[in-house]
Amino acid sequence: MSTNNSIAQARKLVEQLRIEAGMERIKVSKAASDLMSYCEQHARSDALLVGLPASENPFKDKKPCIIL
Amino acid sequence: AAAQSRPSALQSGESLATLKNESDSLKKKLEEERAKLHDVELNQVAEKVELVSALSIRTRRVLKGHGNKVLCMDWCKDKRRLVSSSQDGKVIVWDGYTLNKEHAVTMPCTWVMACAYAPSGCAVACGGLDNKCSVYPLSLDKNENLAAKKKSVAMHTNYLSGCSFTNSDMQLLTSSGDGTCALWDVESGQLLQSFHGHTADVLSLNLAPSETGNTFVSGGCDKKANVWDMLPCASVSCRLYDLRADREVAVYQKDSIIFGASSVDFSLSGRLLFAGYNDYTINVWDVLKGNRISVLFGHENRVSCVKVSPDGTSFASASWDTSLRIWA
Repeated sequence: MSTNNSIAQARKLVEQLRIEAGMERIKVSKAASDLMSYCEQHARSDALLVGLPASENPFKDKKPCIIL
Repeated sequence: AAAQSRPSALQSGESLATLKNESDSLKKKLEEERAKLHDVELNQVAEKVELVSALSIRTRRVLKGHGNKVLCMDWCKDKRRLVSSSQDGKVIVWDGYTLNKEHAVTMPCTWVMACAYAPSGCAVACGGLDNKCSVYPLSLDKNENLAAKKKSVAMHTNYLSGCSFTNSDMQLLTSSGDGTCALWDVESGQLLQSFHGHTADVLSLNLAPSETGNTFVSGGCDKKANVWDMLPCASVSCRLYDLRADREVAVYQKDSIIFGASSVDFSLSGRLLFAGYNDYTINVWDVLKGNRISVLFGHENRVSCVKVSPDGTSFASASWDTSLRIWA
């Protein structure tokens, strides 16, 4: 019984490893440059990064908000 | 439920030994493939990127009302409401602009470790030591007892550590101390898919932001983060793993940091990483250059959860000091 379980587990592991081995991978240099370019493209709309004036950021505005 | 059944008898030519040999050689091959791709470090490539200019982030709101540690929080897609859950057994829905408590539910258990807002904004999900995840539709009628409409959706055999709706109110993803993650149909309570692969408690999960939403990551006490196709133990370091390079590309840590980080989230552009720590602080890291940009003080106990708002204009933190803070 336990041999059957071990076989099932071992088979599952081999299948998982085959899937991982078959994956396409890219170099870190390429991944890094993609990450940099994503950050750069979206930097302007990142309020926490570049800051948003109080008039545009509801959390910076101290006046209560009215729901229209 | 989804476990596939397979014949456990031997296939021809196969034995435990041959399977072990194959898995060993595959592991070796994987190591070699990954090493070949490690041609440079992220922070080296990022040397030419401009430094982040001084951030003006500070606490803009303090949400008080829980009687004990706040363990989890989530934003509503409307960018102003939040849901939080606490060791005090309560789940509160807040208006982040006005600090009004719009709804409060008392759970039948203490330690409500997970909560999530439904994409429609019309319901919240929560659970913890009750080993379940329940969905509460949010009523506009203040007098209505929310607990009466409660729907039990997920059942685990140990505590619920995380929950998240997928792209709609109809499906719920959960993680549990029983070592599994699971996908449920909210309406029927049916288990759609079960994810086994962690060898210890699963502590957190996060869905990949995408229209089709069929990938999520889970982190656990076995120190592994698994990425699942559908679909964190506090560690002293935070790590960035690039899925296309299939390896870790950055580590965010300092010798002076000796307390674990419980929760992290990225800013909208991905340039900033906010991490909440057990030393009561939130550290802001430069994702590309790898250095720490600033430390945010304010909480008076461990930070349990940090989440950036849906449009990135602010982020919220939950703490064992019983409060939540909104930072912008």
